[in-house]
Amino acid sequence: MKTRVSVLGAAWLVLAATTAMAADKPTDPQIAHIAYSAGVIDVDAAKLALSKTKNADVASFAQSMQKDHEAVNEMALALVKKLNVQPEDNPTSKALAKAAKDKRGELGKLSGAAFDKAYVANEVAFHKQVNDALATLLIPSAQNNELKGLLETGLKLFQGHQQHAEHVAAALK
Amino acid sequence: MTAVILDRRQVLGAGAALLMGGEAAAAHDGTVHVTMEKLVFLPAEIEVKAGQTIEWINKDPFAHTATVKGGWEVMIPPGKTATRAVAAGDTVEYYCRFHPNMKGRIKVSA
Repeated sequence: MKTRVSVLGAAWLVLAATTAMAADKPTDPQIAHIAYSAGVIDVDAAKLALSKTKNADVASFAQSMQKDHEAVNEMALALVKKLNVQPEDNPTSKALAKAAKDKRGELGKLSGAAFDKAYVANEVAFHKQVNDALATLLIPSAQNNELKGLLETGLKLFQGHQQHAEHVAAALK
Repeated sequence: MTAVILDRRQVLGAGAALLMGGEAAAAHDGTVHVTMEKLVFLPAEIEVKAGQTIEWINKDPFAHTATVKGGWEVMIPPGKTATRAVAAGDTVEYYCRFHPNMKGRIKVSA
Protein backbone atom coordinates (compact mmCIF):
# COMPACT_ATOMS: atom_id res chain seq x y z
CA MET A 1 0.00 0.00 0.00
CA LYS A 2 2.81 2.35 0.94
CA THR A 3 4.49 1.65 -2.41
CA ARG A 4 1.33 2.44 -4.33
CA VAL A 5 0.87 5.75 -2.55
CA SER A 6 4.44 6.80 -3.34
CA VAL A 7 4.01 5.83 -7.01
CA LEU A 8 0.86 7.96 -7.18
CA GLY A 9 2.83 10.76 -5.55
CA ALA A 10 5.50 10.47 -8.21
CA ALA A 11 2.86 10.66 -10.94
CA TRP A 12 1.53 13.81 -9.34
CA LEU A 13 4.99 15.38 -9.39
CA VAL A 14 5.36 14.66 -13.09
CA LEU A 15 1.93 16.13 -13.81
CA ALA A 16 2.62 19.17 -11.66
CA ALA A 17 5.87 19.68 -13.57
CA THR A 18 3.83 19.42 -16.78
CA THR A 19 1.91 22.54 -15.92
CA ALA A 20 5.04 24.34 -14.74
CA MET A 21 6.80 23.56 -18.03
CA ALA A 22 3.94 25.11 -19.90
CA ALA A 23 4.26 28.37 -17.96
CA ASP A 24 5.28 29.97 -21.24
CA LYS A 25 2.05 30.63 -23.08
CA PRO A 26 1.42 27.78 -25.53
CA THR A 27 0.46 28.61 -29.11
CA ASP A 28 -2.77 27.40 -30.72
CA PRO A 29 -1.02 24.52 -32.59
CA GLN A 30 0.54 23.45 -29.27
CA ILE A 31 -2.76 23.77 -27.38
CA ALA A 32 -4.49 21.61 -30.01
CA HIS A 33 -1.76 18.99 -29.61
CA ILE A 34 -1.97 19.00 -25.79
CA ALA A 35 -5.77 18.68 -25.77
CA TYR A 36 -5.76 15.94 -28.39
CA SER A 37 -2.96 14.04 -26.59
CA ALA A 38 -4.87 14.16 -23.30
CA GLY A 39 -7.87 12.63 -25.10
CA VAL A 40 -5.80 9.83 -26.64
CA ILE A 41 -4.26 9.05 -23.23
CA ASP A 42 -7.69 8.65 -21.66
CA VAL A 43 -8.99 6.50 -24.54
CA ASP A 44 -5.97 4.19 -24.08
CA ALA A 45 -6.57 4.04 -20.33
CA ALA A 46 -10.23 3.14 -20.99
CA LYS A 47 -9.24 0.35 -23.38
CA LEU A 48 -6.85 -1.05 -20.76
CA ALA A 49 -9.63 -0.90 -18.15
CA LEU A 50 -12.11 -2.64 -20.47
CA SER A 51 -9.60 -5.46 -21.02
CA LYS A 52 -9.03 -5.93 -17.28
CA THR A 53 -12.05 -4.99 -15.17
CA LYS A 54 -14.88 -7.28 -14.15
CA ASN A 55 -16.76 -4.53 -12.36
CA ALA A 56 -19.89 -3.34 -14.24
CA ASP A 57 -19.67 0.26 -12.98
CA VAL A 58 -16.00 0.55 -13.88
CA ALA A 59 -16.66 -0.96 -17.34
CA SER A 60 -19.56 1.43 -17.94
CA PHE A 61 -17.39 4.37 -16.86
CA ALA A 62 -14.53 3.25 -19.14
CA GLN A 63 -16.92 2.86 -22.11
CA SER A 64 -18.19 6.36 -21.50
CA MET A 65 -14.61 7.71 -21.37
CA GLN A 66 -13.69 5.96 -24.61
CA LYS A 67 -16.76 7.20 -26.50
CA ASP A 68 -16.66 10.78 -25.17
CA HIS A 69 -12.95 11.31 -25.71
CA GLU A 70 -13.10 9.81 -29.19
CA ALA A 71 -16.04 12.10 -30.02
CA VAL A 72 -14.37 15.25 -28.71
CA ASN A 73 -11.12 14.38 -30.48
CA GLU A 74 -13.08 13.99 -33.73
CA MET A 75 -14.43 17.50 -33.15
CA ALA A 76 -10.87 18.70 -32.52
CA LEU A 77 -9.58 17.08 -35.72
CA ALA A 78 -12.41 18.62 -37.75
CA LEU A 79 -11.64 22.04 -36.25
CA VAL A 80 -7.87 21.99 -36.85
CA LYS A 81 -8.57 20.88 -40.43
CA LYS A 82 -11.03 23.73 -40.91
CA LEU A 83 -8.63 26.25 -39.37
CA ASN A 84 -5.71 24.77 -41.29
CA VAL A 85 -3.77 24.41 -38.04
CA GLN A 86 -1.09 21.74 -37.79
CA PRO A 87 -1.00 20.43 -34.17
CA GLU A 88 2.53 20.81 -32.85
CA ASP A 89 4.25 18.46 -30.41
CA ASN A 90 5.70 20.24 -27.38
CA PRO A 91 7.22 19.58 -23.93
CA THR A 92 3.81 19.50 -22.21
CA SER A 93 2.43 16.87 -24.62
CA LYS A 94 5.63 14.86 -24.20
CA ALA A 95 5.47 15.04 -20.39
CA LEU A 96 1.79 13.98 -20.47
CA ALA A 97 2.61 11.03 -22.74
CA LYS A 98 5.54 9.97 -20.52
CA ALA A 99 3.46 10.16 -17.32
CA ALA A 100 0.66 8.20 -19.01
CA LYS A 101 3.07 5.49 -20.18
CA ASP A 102 4.44 5.09 -16.66
CA LYS A 103 0.91 4.94 -15.26
CA ARG A 104 -0.16 2.34 -17.84
CA GLY A 105 2.80 0.18 -16.81
CA GLU A 106 1.85 0.53 -13.18
CA LEU A 107 -1.85 -0.24 -13.79
CA GLY A 108 -0.97 -3.16 -16.06
CA LYS A 109 0.56 -5.01 -13.11
CA LEU A 110 -2.62 -4.77 -11.04
CA SER A 111 -5.77 -6.85 -11.27
CA GLY A 112 -9.21 -7.22 -9.72
CA ALA A 113 -10.34 -4.69 -7.12
CA ALA A 114 -6.82 -3.24 -6.82
CA PHE A 115 -6.83 -2.40 -10.53
CA ASP A 116 -10.35 -0.92 -10.40
CA LYS A 117 -9.46 1.37 -7.50
CA ALA A 118 -6.16 2.49 -8.99
CA TYR A 119 -7.69 3.09 -12.45
CA VAL A 120 -10.60 5.14 -11.13
CA ALA A 121 -8.38 7.08 -8.69
CA ASN A 122 -6.09 7.95 -11.58
CA GLU A 123 -9.07 9.03 -13.69
CA VAL A 124 -10.08 11.46 -10.94
CA ALA A 125 -6.50 12.80 -10.68
CA PHE A 126 -5.92 12.94 -14.46
CA HIS A 127 -9.16 14.80 -15.21
CA LYS A 128 -8.52 17.20 -12.34
CA GLN A 129 -5.05 17.93 -13.71
CA VAL A 130 -6.31 18.43 -17.27
CA ASN A 131 -9.19 20.61 -16.05
CA ASP A 132 -6.80 22.82 -14.07
CA ALA A 133 -4.57 23.18 -17.13
CA LEU A 134 -7.58 23.99 -19.35
CA ALA A 135 -9.00 26.59 -16.97
CA THR A 136 -5.78 28.35 -15.98
CA LEU A 137 -3.58 27.99 -19.06
CA LEU A 138 -5.00 26.49 -22.25
CA ILE A 139 -8.32 28.37 -22.50
CA PRO A 140 -6.83 31.77 -21.51
CA SER A 141 -3.95 31.24 -23.99
CA ALA A 142 -6.04 30.18 -26.99
CA GLN A 143 -6.11 32.88 -29.65
CA ASN A 144 -8.71 31.44 -32.03
CA ASN A 145 -12.28 31.79 -30.73
CA GLU A 146 -13.49 28.50 -32.18
CA LEU A 147 -10.59 26.67 -30.53
CA LYS A 148 -11.37 28.48 -27.28
CA GLY A 149 -15.02 27.44 -27.60
CA LEU A 150 -14.14 23.79 -28.14
CA LEU A 151 -11.78 23.87 -25.15
CA GLU A 152 -14.58 25.36 -23.04
CA THR A 153 -16.92 22.54 -24.08
CA GLY A 154 -14.07 20.12 -23.32
CA LEU A 155 -13.68 21.60 -19.85
CA LYS A 156 -17.37 21.08 -19.09
CA LEU A 157 -17.17 17.53 -20.46
CA PHE A 158 -14.06 16.66 -18.43
CA GLN A 159 -15.47 18.26 -15.27
CA GLY A 160 -18.40 15.89 -15.78
CA HIS A 161 -15.97 12.99 -16.18
CA GLN A 162 -14.16 13.97 -12.98
CA GLN A 163 -17.44 13.94 -11.05
CA HIS A 164 -18.48 10.66 -12.67
CA ALA A 165 -15.10 9.15 -11.66
CA GLU A 166 -15.56 10.46 -8.12
CA HIS A 167 -18.99 8.79 -7.94
CA VAL A 168 -17.55 5.47 -9.18
CA ALA A 169 -14.61 5.77 -6.73
CA ALA A 170 -17.00 6.37 -3.83
CA ALA A 171 -19.03 3.27 -4.80
CA LEU A 172 -15.86 1.12 -4.89
CA LYS A 173 -15.05 1.87 -1.25
CA MET B 1 -49.79 11.79 -41.81
CA THR B 2 -51.32 15.08 -40.60
CA ALA B 3 -50.22 14.26 -37.09
CA VAL B 4 -46.63 13.89 -38.21
CA ILE B 5 -46.64 17.26 -39.95
CA LEU B 6 -48.22 18.97 -36.98
CA ASP B 7 -45.71 17.38 -34.65
CA ARG B 8 -42.79 18.61 -36.70
CA ARG B 9 -44.17 22.15 -36.85
CA GLN B 10 -44.60 22.22 -33.11
CA VAL B 11 -41.05 21.02 -32.55
CA LEU B 12 -39.79 23.80 -34.80
CA GLY B 13 -42.00 26.29 -32.95
CA ALA B 14 -40.54 25.24 -29.62
CA GLY B 15 -37.05 25.56 -31.06
CA ALA B 16 -37.79 29.07 -32.27
CA ALA B 17 -39.12 30.03 -28.84
CA LEU B 18 -35.88 28.79 -27.30
CA LEU B 19 -33.82 30.78 -29.80
CA MET B 20 -35.74 33.92 -28.89
CA GLY B 21 -34.75 33.36 -25.31
CA GLY B 22 -38.33 32.81 -24.25
CA GLU B 23 -39.19 30.32 -21.56
CA ALA B 24 -41.93 28.85 -23.71
CA ALA B 25 -40.46 25.38 -23.88
CA ALA B 26 -43.94 23.88 -23.69
CA ALA B 27 -45.54 23.10 -26.99
CA HIS B 28 -49.31 23.14 -27.43
CA ASP B 29 -49.54 19.38 -27.81
CA GLY B 30 -48.50 18.81 -24.21
CA THR B 31 -44.90 17.95 -25.01
CA VAL B 32 -42.22 19.92 -23.19
CA HIS B 33 -38.84 20.01 -24.86
CA VAL B 34 -35.49 20.09 -23.11
CA THR B 35 -32.42 20.49 -25.29
CA MET B 36 -29.07 19.06 -24.26
CA GLU B 37 -26.29 20.99 -25.89
CA LYS B 38 -22.68 21.60 -24.84
CA LEU B 39 -23.37 19.72 -21.61
CA VAL B 40 -26.27 21.88 -20.45
CA PHE B 41 -29.98 21.10 -20.03
CA LEU B 42 -31.94 23.93 -21.63
CA PRO B 43 -34.12 25.05 -20.00
CA ALA B 44 -32.68 23.72 -16.77
CA GLU B 45 -36.03 24.07 -15.00
CA ILE B 46 -39.38 23.12 -16.44
CA GLU B 47 -42.89 23.21 -15.10
CA VAL B 48 -45.19 20.49 -16.38
CA LYS B 49 -48.50 18.82 -15.67
CA ALA B 50 -48.97 15.11 -14.98
CA GLY B 51 -49.73 13.31 -18.24
CA GLN B 52 -47.65 15.68 -20.36
CA THR B 53 -44.58 14.35 -22.13
CA ILE B 54 -41.04 15.56 -21.65
CA GLU B 55 -38.84 15.17 -24.69
CA TRP B 56 -35.09 15.51 -24.30
CA ILE B 57 -33.25 16.45 -27.50
CA ASN B 58 -29.55 15.54 -27.36
CA LYS B 59 -27.61 17.78 -29.74
CA ASP B 60 -24.24 16.68 -28.35
CA PRO B 61 -22.04 13.94 -29.83
CA PHE B 62 -21.98 12.44 -26.31
CA ALA B 63 -24.52 10.11 -24.68
CA HIS B 64 -26.47 11.74 -21.86
CA THR B 65 -29.02 10.59 -19.31
CA ALA B 66 -31.75 12.24 -17.30
CA THR B 67 -31.31 10.42 -14.00
CA VAL B 68 -33.16 10.82 -10.74
CA LYS B 69 -31.09 9.59 -7.81
CA GLY B 70 -32.79 6.46 -6.49
CA GLY B 71 -35.48 6.83 -9.16
CA TRP B 72 -36.01 6.69 -12.91
CA GLU B 73 -33.53 7.18 -15.72
CA VAL B 74 -33.95 8.13 -19.36
CA MET B 75 -31.04 7.46 -21.73
CA ILE B 76 -30.56 9.86 -24.64
CA PRO B 77 -27.93 8.66 -27.17
CA PRO B 78 -25.83 11.21 -29.12
CA GLY B 79 -27.94 13.15 -31.61
CA LYS B 80 -31.16 11.39 -30.56
CA THR B 81 -34.28 12.18 -28.56
CA ALA B 82 -36.06 10.34 -25.77
CA THR B 83 -39.27 10.94 -23.85
CA ARG B 84 -40.96 10.37 -20.51
CA ALA B 85 -44.62 10.68 -19.61
CA VAL B 86 -44.85 12.94 -16.57
CA ALA B 87 -46.14 11.22 -13.42
CA ALA B 88 -47.78 13.08 -10.53
CA GLY B 89 -44.75 12.54 -8.30
CA ASP B 90 -42.23 13.83 -10.81
CA THR B 91 -41.26 17.02 -9.01
CA VAL B 92 -37.60 16.08 -8.96
CA GLU B 93 -34.05 17.19 -9.49
CA TYR B 94 -32.21 15.17 -12.10
CA TYR B 95 -28.72 14.96 -13.53
CA CYS B 96 -26.73 13.23 -16.27
CA ARG B 97 -25.16 10.07 -14.86
CA PHE B 98 -22.24 10.33 -17.30
CA HIS B 99 -21.68 14.05 -16.64
CA PRO B 100 -23.09 14.78 -13.18
CA ASN B 101 -22.31 18.50 -13.57
CA MET B 102 -25.36 18.63 -15.88
CA LYS B 103 -28.36 19.32 -13.66
CA GLY B 104 -32.04 19.89 -14.28
CA ARG B 105 -35.26 20.28 -12.33
CA ILE B 106 -38.85 19.28 -13.04
CA LYS B 107 -41.78 20.80 -11.23
CA VAL B 108 -45.19 19.19 -11.61
CA SER B 109 -47.97 21.73 -11.20
CA ALA B 110 -51.56 20.88 -10.43
